[in-house]
Amino acid sequence: MDKNKNLHKLTAWIFEQKVVLIFVFLSIGALIASKQSMAFVAGELFTRVARNSFLVLSLIIPVLAGLGLNFGIVVGAMAAQIALFLTTFWGLSGIGGFLVTVALATPLAVFFGFLVGSLFNKIKGAEMIGGLVLGYFADGLYQLLFLFIFGGVIPFRNPDGSPSSLMTPTGVGVKNTLDLTPTVKYALDTVSMLSIVEIAFYIVIAATVLSAVFRLVKKQAVDWKKTGLTILGAAVVYALTFIPAIETFLAADRLMLLRAVEIAVLVTVLWQAGRFVWFALVKKAEFDKKRCLAVILAAGILYALTYVDAIYRVLIAVRLPVMTYLCIGALCLFNQALMRTRLGQNMRTVGQSRVVANAAGIDVDRTRIIAMIFSTVLASWGQLIYLQNIGTLATYGAHTQVGQFAIASLLVGGASVQKATNKQAILGVVLFHTLFIVAPLAGKELFGNAMIGEYFRVFISYGVIAMALAMHAWKKKAPKASLQVVEGGTSPSPKASA
Amino acid sequence: MAENREYVLQMEHISKKYADNQVLKDVSLCIRPGEIHALMGENGAGKSTLMNILFGMPVIHTTGGFEGTIQVDGETVNIDTPLKAMELGIGMVHQEFMLIPGFTVTENIKIGREISHPNLVSRLVGPSMETLDLDAMARDARKALETIGLKIGENAYVRGLPVGYMQFIEIAREIDKRGIRLLVFDEPTAVLTESEADRLLEAMRTIASQGIAIVFITHRLDEVMAVANSLTVLRDGEFVARREVAETSAVEIAELMIGRRVEKLVEAEGEDTRSLSDSDIAVSLRNYYVDMPGEQVKGVDLDIRRGEIFGIGGLAGQGKLGIPNGIMGLYDTAGEVKIAGKTLDLSKLGEALRSKVAFVSEDRRGVGLLLEESIEQNIVFSALEVNNDFTKKIGWMRLYDGKKARAHAQEMVEKLDIRCTGIHQHAGRLSGGNQQKVCLARALTLNPEILFVSEPTRGIDIGAKKLVLEYLTKLNREQGMTVIVVSSELVELRSICDRIAIVSDGKVSGILSPDASDAEFGLAMSGSRKRGKKNG
Repeated sequence: MDKNKNLHKLTAWIFEQKVVLIFVFLSIGALIASKQSMAFVAGELFTRVARNSFLVLSLIIPVLAGLGLNFGIVVGAMAAQIALFLTTFWGLSGIGGFLVTVALATPLAVFFGFLVGSLFNKIKGAEMIGGLVLGYFADGLYQLLFLFIFGGVIPFRNPDGSPSSLMTPTGVGVKNTLDLTPTVKYALDTVSMLSIVEIAFYIVIAATVLSAVFRLVKKQAVDWKKTGLTILGAAVVYALTFIPAIETFLAADRLMLLRAVEIAVLVTVLWQAGRFVWFALVKKAEFDKKRCLAVILAAGILYALTYVDAIYRVLIAVRLPVMTYLCIGALCLFNQALMRTRLGQNMRTVGQSRVVANAAGIDVDRTRIIAMIFSTVLASWGQLIYLQNIGTLATYGAHTQVGQFAIASLLVGGASVQKATNKQAILGVVLFHTLFIVAPLAGKELFGNAMIGEYFRVFISYGVIAMALAMHAWKKKAPKASLQVVEGGTSPSPKASA
Repeated sequence: MAENREYVLQMEHISKKYADNQVLKDVSLCIRPGEIHALMGENGAGKSTLMNILFGMPVIHTTGGFEGTIQVDGETVNIDTPLKAMELGIGMVHQEFMLIPGFTVTENIKIGREISHPNLVSRLVGPSMETLDLDAMARDARKALETIGLKIGENAYVRGLPVGYMQFIEIAREIDKRGIRLLVFDEPTAVLTESEADRLLEAMRTIASQGIAIVFITHRLDEVMAVANSLTVLRDGEFVARREVAETSAVEIAELMIGRRVEKLVEAEGEDTRSLSDSDIAVSLRNYYVDMPGEQVKGVDLDIRRGEIFGIGGLAGQGKLGIPNGIMGLYDTAGEVKIAGKTLDLSKLGEALRSKVAFVSEDRRGVGLLLEESIEQNIVFSALEVNNDFTKKIGWMRLYDGKKARAHAQEMVEKLDIRCTGIHQHAGRLSGGNQQKVCLARALTLNPEILFVSEPTRGIDIGAKKLVLEYLTKLNREQGMTVIVVSSELVELRSICDRIAIVSDGKVSGILSPDASDAEFGLAMSGSRKRGKKNG
């Protein structure tokens, strides 16, 4: 009986995770067939994950708010590119230039997000196809802007009056490709860890002080002890960076994967140990000791694995852009935290049932628009992260595939039209891009033609989107049938005539 | 105004029109604190409109508002949004569950009213970014659940709970609202098992004992007699009576609900020369089940004699519509159906049509008509499909015989007095009554021996109503057609039918003669076990 139940559970799990499992097997198969070294694939993969994750994560909020897969992020990408074109023209470079671009792209994306959200409110139930078509429509306007208005209406000239080098020789319309190397290429990737610690220090100080000031103004009690401790802690961490050894270590902008793993293991062990001491020994609260031990053990095994030669070679070959990964991590945390707020709960409610949300006094339309604004802004930031890593802006092509690729990634990770998590997004990016890297190579090895692998990959990635949409439609129909059974089964007939 | 203090809610002289359709006329509703007040009436009596007014639903205010006054605790209030009603402490326990399966019990109870505490971000951009205080929410939910005596974990997901619990979660949600004074229960026991219903009634008593007034919308007389203190009866949008339960009886309530409406819609024409015999059965149902959502039939045994006009009545949602829809094969069925002695294979769509059974659907615009097609097409297409009528054979091809079809359509238009610009007018452009006539014309084109007509007069004006009913009678008398009329309007059933079966909760609760008393009809419709008679 028990065995059967477990078996049943297993099959149910496999069925649920079928997309992920298929892609895991495909990736592994293609990886072996491609005959590439793990170090190469891992290096490529971590670059691509850094580049694309932010965009994929920007899709999560609309899914939870019931807007489905947001094909409208293309519009966010356009906002990013408009901003990027302007800052490139102004010659702003480095992290400063990048931040100005972000600051410029954000209000644009807010505005676009508002428009897209308003449109989606008018076509409830058809957001996905609407978003897809909207992407094409917006592309037309984008081309009008870049091909004609830039240069044709708004002049873009060098100080001496000659047409800017960004424009076509006629001076009307923007060139096909813009080189970002002199401006914002790697602007975010190359922020050194030292600066990150510094920035974090200032943020913590500002937040703590601001929080205390707010409380003072509102005449609420301020927990001075906590405030003091926070500031002290931040100061200590900051002071540590002045120790020469640490300073040299942190001066780099890339982190060796080996070091990242070591740090992660250390942090996990310390965290769990701290929890153990705090909950089990100090507070004497109920605490899952087994779980704590298991996590520590897993961390230990992970650390031991780094001594395996093959893995070690991969780990020392890969270098992570720290700031970019921190941004991705921060977005994951933001997605989590948002769902723990009143607004997030409203979004989830709207996503689950508009009728119920409306009856509960939630402004459904407004909530949906806010979700779209969040998504569009995040997508524009994601596109900027992507572009600063790529280093060139394909003026008329960079945004066109954004929606499809991001959505395919998310779906590959096991997300659906109604449910998506950070984990699924990251897993999806990893799987999708593994296939991206190895499929052409595998095609070349197996058939002597890289294009065959590429065709196969394209076929699979769009197939996944189609399958997810079809399954969504089936699922929508299915509950109706099951509901009838439930009703029939539970309504007895006590009022039968004698 | 001191006397008004006595009532927590007073709705007085409420009238409401949708366009030209008067749905409420001078209705009053008064409820004392801590009392369970039953609001009773047939479908379309105006109960839901009255409640929509009470809750300030947009449907009322976008259609021109209403007349009359509402007083809460003796003070006149203007409820123009559902939010306002909520603020006044008026809550509603919905008939369809307003619950989210993927949320926990706590999240459902606290929906839209989450407890949260400010954080840095929320201080900057506003309260919508406040962090949820899940512990406090769980505490409140726990308390509300205890108040109504439901023993489930507040962190369980609603998805896995039995249907009977969902109603309680709805109630807990309303109880949890601060300052709740009045709670409306909209047919709460409709989907519950008997023991669950008993528990719900118990919970209602508990709530009322805490001083919260309850409006209990129902048509089950037993329940009213069991828990209510007083009741108001509406009929056709009009106020009929307010009674104290202690001073009335189930029979009186039933009479009040049905009302003595003597007017006969149709005068019997000519001699009734039919001879009906119990041995000549046109339609026979045995242990018949239909899985039609919202209109489930749960085991019906029925014999309909050849040549009679048989009525099937009952309140909406009780299963009367499921009977004809199942026979036509539109929904899954179980059990035995015999047409003129031959068993029908219900798994095959169209089987009934081939057995000379025709059906005029209650869903005129959805199932009954091809709205974008001409009257002619609408009239002939079933016969074309089923019997290959209106076709001519040229070689091996069967072609549409437009001439014949036009002639037939023209004839039907004249016979049924379909008011149209011509037989090429789109069916969608016709008025409700004329659309109904087109449906009828199509059914008749099949030359049926048995005709099912579902809600023949729904949404059509009195003149057309009369004509349709007269025509049905004429078909029966002149052509000997067996006509089965399914309708929620008892008056029309009583005016043309030979016998009327009342369906309650998916079963036949009684077969009555049209001259039976109002009380008998009322009791049968409310599924009362004491008086429901079989084959009366």
